[in-house]
Amino acid sequence: MSQAEQKKFDLLITGVGGQGAILASDIIGKAAVTAGLSIRAAETHGMAQRGGSVVNHIRIGQAYGSMIPKKGADIMLALEPMEAVRYLDFLKDGGVIIVNTQPVVPVTVTSGQAKYPEVSDILNSLSEKYIVKAFNADELAFEAGSRLSMNVVMVGAVSGYLPIPKETLLESIKALVPQKTIEVNLRAFEAGRQKVEES
Amino acid sequence: MTMREYMLGNVAIARGLLEGGVQVIAGYPGTPSSEIIDTLACREDRDYHIEWSVNEKVAMEVAVGAAWAGVRSAVTMKHVGLNVAADPLMTLAYAGTKGGLIAIVADDPSCHSSQNEQDTRRYAQFALLPCFDPSTPQEAKDMLPYAFEFSEKFEVPVIFRPTTRISHGKSDIELGEIPAKKAVPHFEKLLDRWVMLPKNARHRHTHLLSIQQPIEDTLAESPWNSLELKPEAKLGVIGAGIAAMYAKEALVELGIEASFLKIGTYPVPRRLILELLKTVDAVLVFEELEPVVEEQVKLIAQEAGIEVSVLGKANGFVSREGELDVGAFLEALKKTFDLEIELEPSGTAIELAPRPPALCAGCSHRATFYSMRKVFGKDAIYPSDIGCYTLGIQSGTVDTTLCMGSSISIASGLYHAGEKRPICCSIGDSTFFHTGMNSLLNAIVNKANITVTILDNRITAMTGHQPNPGVGFTVTGEPTVQVSLAELCKAMGAGFVKVVDPYKLEETQEAFKAAKEFEGTSVVIARQPCVISGKRAGIRRVPYIVDPEKCEGCKQCVKFGCPATEFDEENKCAVITALCSGCGVCAQICKFEAIQEMKK
Repeated sequence: MSQAEQKKFDLLITGVGGQGAILASDIIGKAAVTAGLSIRAAETHGMAQRGGSVVNHIRIGQAYGSMIPKKGADIMLALEPMEAVRYLDFLKDGGVIIVNTQPVVPVTVTSGQAKYPEVSDILNSLSEKYIVKAFNADELAFEAGSRLSMNVVMVGAVSGYLPIPKETLLESIKALVPQKTIEVNLRAFEAGRQKVEES
Repeated sequence: MTMREYMLGNVAIARGLLEGGVQVIAGYPGTPSSEIIDTLACREDRDYHIEWSVNEKVAMEVAVGAAWAGVRSAVTMKHVGLNVAADPLMTLAYAGTKGGLIAIVADDPSCHSSQNEQDTRRYAQFALLPCFDPSTPQEAKDMLPYAFEFSEKFEVPVIFRPTTRISHGKSDIELGEIPAKKAVPHFEKLLDRWVMLPKNARHRHTHLLSIQQPIEDTLAESPWNSLELKPEAKLGVIGAGIAAMYAKEALVELGIEASFLKIGTYPVPRRLILELLKTVDAVLVFEELEPVVEEQVKLIAQEAGIEVSVLGKANGFVSREGELDVGAFLEALKKTFDLEIELEPSGTAIELAPRPPALCAGCSHRATFYSMRKVFGKDAIYPSDIGCYTLGIQSGTVDTTLCMGSSISIASGLYHAGEKRPICCSIGDSTFFHTGMNSLLNAIVNKANITVTILDNRITAMTGHQPNPGVGFTVTGEPTVQVSLAELCKAMGAGFVKVVDPYKLEETQEAFKAAKEFEGTSVVIARQPCVISGKRAGIRRVPYIVDPEKCEGCKQCVKFGCPATEFDEENKCAVITALCSGCGVCAQICKFEAIQEMKK
């Protein structure tokens, strides 16, 4: 498939260092390559990892740079509610936000220097300009067998929007998660996918 | 059929080195360059030597030795690492090489994980060395076999300069062949080449200058530069390295007709620049960091007597700070055409809590800093160094951070300046081995009355847990000598050396008190494995919980700043979350014995 024929799709994944944003983006990236699509991605490494805010850019069908321009992302996948707001500049007007409602409280809040906004206020505010799909992905992951699979719940949640067949994404999950966690992660994927399909 | 794989830029660079037939790779970890060696060290079928060297200068010299034995070698580092390795580099440019030598130096526009934004291309200019500037991870991989051949053809080392978005970008990568046959090492005693006596150096300088033009001409013909002339276009765009991709994307999206020159090598391709300048009225130069290409374009236009306006960093069309993106190119276009395009703001009225990086729950550095501050007090001066522990700025125990190893020497300078306040500096184990050793030796010999704290977490943590000389294994996991920090400090003449477990507050504070009273350079080694690598190695501790009956709500534990400790405002009680790694420090801080080990 030539690059011109490929549909361009820009996805932003936001969250907190340690939530597994990189694995989520790898599952999608590897699947895109298997599906014969070109892909570019950008991630956060180094100092910013330590509990800091992280953002990954994923560009399917892209031949140039890995960074999504402002107002360029079709969808934002936010692994944490406050981190959805932090990177709104990258989402196109009227774009879709899939957001995990489980907050990760930063040290600035635990130490009393700042306040964590009400999650309901965040969601109401986002809904004014964007299409919002909000649910607690940590709970779905727990039901699937492990809270650690929250990132895969979120991949499942966005899967219906991606120009990649579901089966290819499942193969990618099997190849990238630890062997003994495959079953849990496949359940996590289905739980996330179902949640968004129902909404 | 060609093989395509989804890869990190640094993994693609590692692959490029293999496809180029590399035989020796050395480096020092530094974001964004570290994963190149991490990747090559993990391969099962290694037929090359690979090492983490103690610092970049040493790594560069290891690569030089290999290249002088006629094999292909590479050295990896981050941009500031080249400052450390600049000494061998500058003279190596004169001596040249036999086997190909590539210095991979990763720049970090916007200081994502760095202390400055220096541009490695300036070093290439300074040293009169060719430099490669990839625009995509694929091109980065493809450039490397070419760069090896180029280095051998001209017998000069070459610099390869990825930026953060290349090194930490990901892409589908088309793989090439890895050659099976490699050079047989043989060091030839060419004294006029390898012994830089003044008479040899003079000759070699002449030689280096004489090959500049052939180098430029050859690179201009390489596939890494390309010129697309649009017959009607009055605007030319020159994009260098990754910035070329941002510019191209913006031009294609907006459908703007501009002639386009993509530059991937230095010295810049003068012939192509002239060809472009002759056809346009204005040229917009877009490049990360310093206006290296822009200055050359101005020079070339002036020499050729071409009237053309050069738009770029000097006249404010493009920023000289931070990193570029598609948006930065759109801004430059707006200024060029005097356009008014304002995007509707996306923000909400929600006020966000900042989320700065923080030391992990249970990180021993936090405990060391706590004890340090207790003993030395808030008036003491705390020079520090480069590593995760720079985040100790949140504990009030990081007053300076300049460059690797500088904590001890700056502490010495403060003392010798006549500063009467107590001085206690901190430096990580890997940073100490890197360049802190020389500073300690210097402090001891010159009688600096300071306390040096070595934060010995048994690994190079911040860059991704690479081994250092204190851990007893090499990059490939082979057992090797384990250097004792305490014995090393004693051998350098330190009269006070004490090893403590920072999780034991009383013991640590006693050591700090004795160190503070010691007349001369005292050393406290706070030893406790990094919580991340410790967990991977199987260290499991019982987590702690707060007994709400005993908690008085004094917040002393919360103020300690561990991410696992929160405060329940409703019940006026501290809470320990699932992040707890069981270090037990908060339990020692609590005056009411309200924090206890969790019972099964």
